[in-house]
Amino acid sequence: MRTPKKKRLYLVLACLVCLGGAVALSLAAFSSSLTYFLSPRQVAAHAPPAGQSFRLGGIVQMGTVSTSVSNDTPTTRFAVTDGRAAVNVVFTGLLPDLFREGQGIVAIGSMGPGGVFTADEVLAKHGADYMPKDVEQELKASGKWDPRFGPPPDASAWNDMKVKDGT
Amino acid sequence: MIPELGHFCLAMAVAIACAQGVVGIAGPTLKDPRALAAAPVLTLLHFTAILLAFLALVWAGVVSDFTVENIADFSSSSTPLLYRITGIWGNHDGSILLWCLILSLCGTAVALGGRQLPASLRARVLGVLGLVSCGFLLFTLSVSNPFTRIWPPPLDGAGMNPILQDPGLAFHPPVLYTGYVGFSVAFAFAIAALIEGRIDAAWGRWVRPWALLSWCFLTAGITLGSWWSYYTLGWGGYWFWDPVENAALLPWLTGTALLHCSIVVEKRESLKAWTVLLAIATFSLSLSGTFLVRSGILNSVHSFAAAPDQGLFILVLLAITIGGSLLLFALRAPVLAGSGIYAPISRESALILNNIFLCAIAAVVFAGTLYPPFVDLLFGIQLSVGAPFFNQTVLPLAGPIILAMGVGPMLRWKRADLLPVLQRLWLAGAVAVLVFIILTATKHIIAALGLAGGAWVVCSALTDLAERTRLFRAPLGTALGRFFALPRAAIGATLGHIGFGVSVIGIAAMTLAVQKVVVLKPGQSTMLGGYAWTLRDIHDAPGPDYTQRVADVTVSDDGKAFMTLHPSRRFFTAQHVITSDAAIRTNGFQDIYVDFADEQDGGAELRLNRHPGAPEIWFGGLIMALGGVFSLSDRRLRVGAPFRKRLPGGAEA
Repeated sequence: MRTPKKKRLYLVLACLVCLGGAVALSLAAFSSSLTYFLSPRQVAAHAPPAGQSFRLGGIVQMGTVSTSVSNDTPTTRFAVTDGRAAVNVVFTGLLPDLFREGQGIVAIGSMGPGGVFTADEVLAKHGADYMPKDVEQELKASGKWDPRFGPPPDASAWNDMKVKDGT
Repeated sequence: MIPELGHFCLAMAVAIACAQGVVGIAGPTLKDPRALAAAPVLTLLHFTAILLAFLALVWAGVVSDFTVENIADFSSSSTPLLYRITGIWGNHDGSILLWCLILSLCGTAVALGGRQLPASLRARVLGVLGLVSCGFLLFTLSVSNPFTRIWPPPLDGAGMNPILQDPGLAFHPPVLYTGYVGFSVAFAFAIAALIEGRIDAAWGRWVRPWALLSWCFLTAGITLGSWWSYYTLGWGGYWFWDPVENAALLPWLTGTALLHCSIVVEKRESLKAWTVLLAIATFSLSLSGTFLVRSGILNSVHSFAAAPDQGLFILVLLAITIGGSLLLFALRAPVLAGSGIYAPISRESALILNNIFLCAIAAVVFAGTLYPPFVDLLFGIQLSVGAPFFNQTVLPLAGPIILAMGVGPMLRWKRADLLPVLQRLWLAGAVAVLVFIILTATKHIIAALGLAGGAWVVCSALTDLAERTRLFRAPLGTALGRFFALPRAAIGATLGHIGFGVSVIGIAAMTLAVQKVVVLKPGQSTMLGGYAWTLRDIHDAPGPDYTQRVADVTVSDDGKAFMTLHPSRRFFTAQHVITSDAAIRTNGFQDIYVDFADEQDGGAELRLNRHPGAPEIWFGGLIMALGGVFSLSDRRLRVGAPFRKRLPGGAEA
């Protein structure tokens, strides 16, 4: 009964069952938990349907951060920009230490009523000079930054930069 | 001058490592006794050269030589001495030098400790290690040289990121790296065995201590890193399924599988090709983990200094190492036929089951981690795979492992009966079911399942121990005698399983954590998790290279204050960075965790957390690593011991 052939059959069966299970689980999870990374410009052009979770990456626009406290819980409103478009964000909870105006951040959440992005989580990168890749591309595309001529412009200057309507 | 000497030593190390690789691999084939004798000597020289280079860099760090770019970028004259030294490996270039140092140290350990190895096998192992080291030393020398000078030098260095100025992080990279790099020895043994075309029980005995040692370090390193992110980053979480964390988890998973299946090679001379494949996979994952993360190919919130120009070099190096070893495996694996025959219900099958599931988990984690960069590269779409994906895929796959973990160690080799084993485990099963029923009252199914699973693992491991020592069936003295007579490897394995169970309990209990973000003015209080939390005062306090604002928060239960915490916000003047220093108080079973995030209009923005079971996550990790150390101290695994047993006449091996 316990021939090597039979043993191998058991082994192959066990592997197949497990592999099949892993693939099925992955596919099921992939379809529900993939989140796309969008820049403010993409959101302005095609806002995803309300309730669909995505990541919004950009720079916190200067002079837009305001915090209000209701019921002991702080709520922060700010705008995230990529130099071409800005999206208003509302977030209830604690912001990371590195969060400040002009800082590159990634917010995870979905579009809420009135075109305001409701963030469940806000991440700031550890490096102070971090810039989301997408923002970098946007800056280059909009002509505000040419890497050949040195480091990117200070984020505080972006607001006042003329936004080309190249979209 | 000293940095140039270091640079020179590094260049010399490349040449020596190259010679070590050629001599070590070609020597046994040419049957040249001089080559066999030269390999260990070259290994020692290779280690000495890297050590000198590393010491030169440490010296530059200690005396704050800001003409060295690496030091100027990551250190400053106000950085404390400890962090001036640990800062060496806190950055990209220095950390790769440390990596090479540990790799050559492992080679030296094989050269010095492996006197019992057949000379040709030892030379081949050292040769493989030499070639790997040569590749990465070339990488250091050509695109990530830590000795690069800058002119004119800055007056003062840029200073170290304050988040990294922490004892936990100072020792996390060396421990983790030792874990990663230690698997290189198992890898070298696997490649050497493929070249020789022969694997036997003795091979298993040589590989196992190395796999075990690296596994201990990797476990400890992951535990340290997780604990560091928990208490420093102030996020209140311990695992984020971030690419960096996954990069460390992947070799841990396959390394754990390797640990288990090398037992089968050692005891039953079966599963040989599979063990070799796992050794290759584990080291390949260690390599890709370290270098993909550090090269910025895998983007991460941890955000190491990214240097895309180094990416290509690394990819080519990885392709050669991994592709080459897999090609060799494909060519030579058919030679490695196993001999043991076993039934579907047996210890062998249980270990295979463990391997299948661990590898399945590794595969889904791998897919989830590499899918985003892959899609970005191919289609230019930026997306991310978040924690929900990993929770939905890993947890269901971990379930069967947890179930099988209780039964497996009690099965006999070759052929076993399931029923008597299950009968002996009735108590453990009853405890698990009881825990589950009690906890369903909390309406947290995941927590109930997790706690029941953890209880099952711990209780079944204890049952196994009780069975082996005949506790409660023989007099206590006999049981104690039997306990001390048990091989340490058996105690180590039990400890390892208990540690895993404790971690599972901690992770499950953490799902019951409560959290609240509040803004309180001094004197105000709020309720959370059955406690009243009161902000007493906010005041200034001095610090060594920062100033800080401290909040005094009192926690009281039923009107009785039992704890005062002092979370603070630190302003690092040199770097203009603000960090928050969370206050954590633990009683061993639960953490009270307060984070002081911001101050506005005289009020403090606080995050209050009550984390039941959080300490168990790290206790479990430490118990696991301790189990590994125990197992490592087994006489059987100490170098030479099996030979004395086998050759009682005192004959030389």
